[in-house]
Amino acid sequence: MKHVDPFVGLTLATSLLILAFILLPLVEMVVQPSVGDLYRTLLDPDVRRAILLSLYTSGLAAIISLLLGTPLAYLLARRNFKGRKLIESAIDLPIMIPHPVVGIAILSMAGRGHWLGGLLHDLGVTIMGSITGIVVVLTFVGLPFYLNTVKNGIEAIPPRMENISRSLGAGMTATFLRVTLPLAWRSMLVGAIMCMARAISEFGAVVIVAYHPMTAPVMVYERFTAYGLKYSQPVAVWLILTCLILFLALRVFSLPRRST
Amino acid sequence: MILLERLTVRVPGFAVIDLDLEVRPGEFFVLLGPTGSGKTLILESIAGLTRVASGRVLVQGRDVTRKPPEQRRVGVVYQDSALFPHLNVEKNIAFGRRYHMQKPEQDRRLTEIVDQLGLVPLLKRSVNNLSGGEKQRVALARALAVSPSVLLLDEPLSSLDQTFREEIRKSLKDLHHSLGLTFFMVTHDFSEALFLADRAAVLSAGRVEQCGPIQEIFRQPKTPFVARFVGMKNLFPAERTDAGFRVGPFEIPGPAEGTDPDTIHGYAGVRPEDLTLLPPDDGPPGPHLWPGRILEIDARGIFCQLSLEIGGLPFSAAVGMEQVFRLGLAPGSQVLVDLPPDRWRII
Repeated sequence: MKHVDPFVGLTLATSLLILAFILLPLVEMVVQPSVGDLYRTLLDPDVRRAILLSLYTSGLAAIISLLLGTPLAYLLARRNFKGRKLIESAIDLPIMIPHPVVGIAILSMAGRGHWLGGLLHDLGVTIMGSITGIVVVLTFVGLPFYLNTVKNGIEAIPPRMENISRSLGAGMTATFLRVTLPLAWRSMLVGAIMCMARAISEFGAVVIVAYHPMTAPVMVYERFTAYGLKYSQPVAVWLILTCLILFLALRVFSLPRRST
Repeated sequence: MILLERLTVRVPGFAVIDLDLEVRPGEFFVLLGPTGSGKTLILESIAGLTRVASGRVLVQGRDVTRKPPEQRRVGVVYQDSALFPHLNVEKNIAFGRRYHMQKPEQDRRLTEIVDQLGLVPLLKRSVNNLSGGEKQRVALARALAVSPSVLLLDEPLSSLDQTFREEIRKSLKDLHHSLGLTFFMVTHDFSEALFLADRAAVLSAGRVEQCGPIQEIFRQPKTPFVARFVGMKNLFPAERTDAGFRVGPFEIPGPAEGTDPDTIHGYAGVRPEDLTLLPPDDGPPGPHLWPGRILEIDARGIFCQLSLEIGGLPFSAAVGMEQVFRLGLAPGSQVLVDLPPDRWRII
């Protein structure tokens, strides 16, 4: 009989266990609702609205992270300055803080009693119970994923390429646009996907800042508490399927092209 | 030309302090030094890629110390080429041209350079599929395409294998000859400098140990560090005598006339290739003939590095394999070594 090294066997066994652990509950949830239930749920305008709102707000959080987070990711990747480690730790804080605490932290600044909340109120911006509030929360929780991915992506580009570009006459902006960006866009796209994926799944912080308008995770929770498992499952299935299609499409799009 | 005046550059854990260096117009200047001696830091200060703490950097007589790299007109070629992987060969070469007004003769010159470097058939190719030598030729063309006033080369041959190294070395020499441009190259390889440089400086821990024509550095190193760096492996502390110096049984006449006694470090050295090995029965030991005993033979292709003991001192000799076979050398063999006093250098 062919001898199998115990290391290989152990590796395979634990890998299969982990895969089953991740996939079984999800597969079970997807196959449990009947096609009729799924169809009826899709016809429900509230469900469609919640899923679209989740996509819209998390997409917006990803775009905001991309536009405002890229310069910080660039700085962290390229510059050595005092307090860099501190900033890097601060960036990871939203990952560690319990989600409801994130919601409470944001609300504590958004009230009229706070100078920033007062200023926002004067500008007509409401955080509590608004789409703006949801986007703020989702950006908060999604940003670390964007920043870390893009920072690693930029670090992988040899600084010497930027040096060469500068020596050839391109200024800092031109160098970023003509050298760094074309080489980092893939990591930016992956970062945005990670950010959006994290944002779309957020429940704990959103439910504190904005129960309404209802995002898909909040609706799943509401249907579960009000009507039970059977009614919450189809909404969850549609959310999972929508995300799966979206992220698969983006992943395929961002895969490195085979060099010719 | 490049002029560094009391240049001070600091990076964490290392500093170049108060460095003075002059690179003359149109010369091929090589800055030599081991890894970590500050060569690349100095090169990047000239290019404006490292912040200068104090001192001045002048390029073509213009003070560029506080100018950003894009305003210096200084071409840079790194050892790893640093080609832009998202652009093809042609676009890499043309990258910087939009930032500089190009006169018709400069356009013509670029066409000649591209042709001279044999890049015409490669123009539409992806840079990711080029050989090491081709990549380095593209990097050269890209740097020269913006008509820089000086060209800085950071170990341009180090990452190439032997065949490409010789090819690029020749290209560099030809380009320097045809363009008449100032070339400033940093390297740790003395043999590259010997082939390419007009003048050179040897750097150790951020300080210039010796600067001058390359033959002079080779023939008359001024410090023990430079001597070892240029391959003078047989280096011994020397005793001063009335007639000159003594190393073990070897009497060595004093240094060349006009040498400042303060610059003598009290060492005497002889290059491994200056030891001539003869069969032991070639006659009785004379004033220049010393009996020696082979300790170890380190074959390196067609050449061979011999460790041998002469007059109680450990020596290193470089000989051809053919001679090793002819003399039947093996560890323990006896030989006669011809070592006239004029082969010694006082350092």
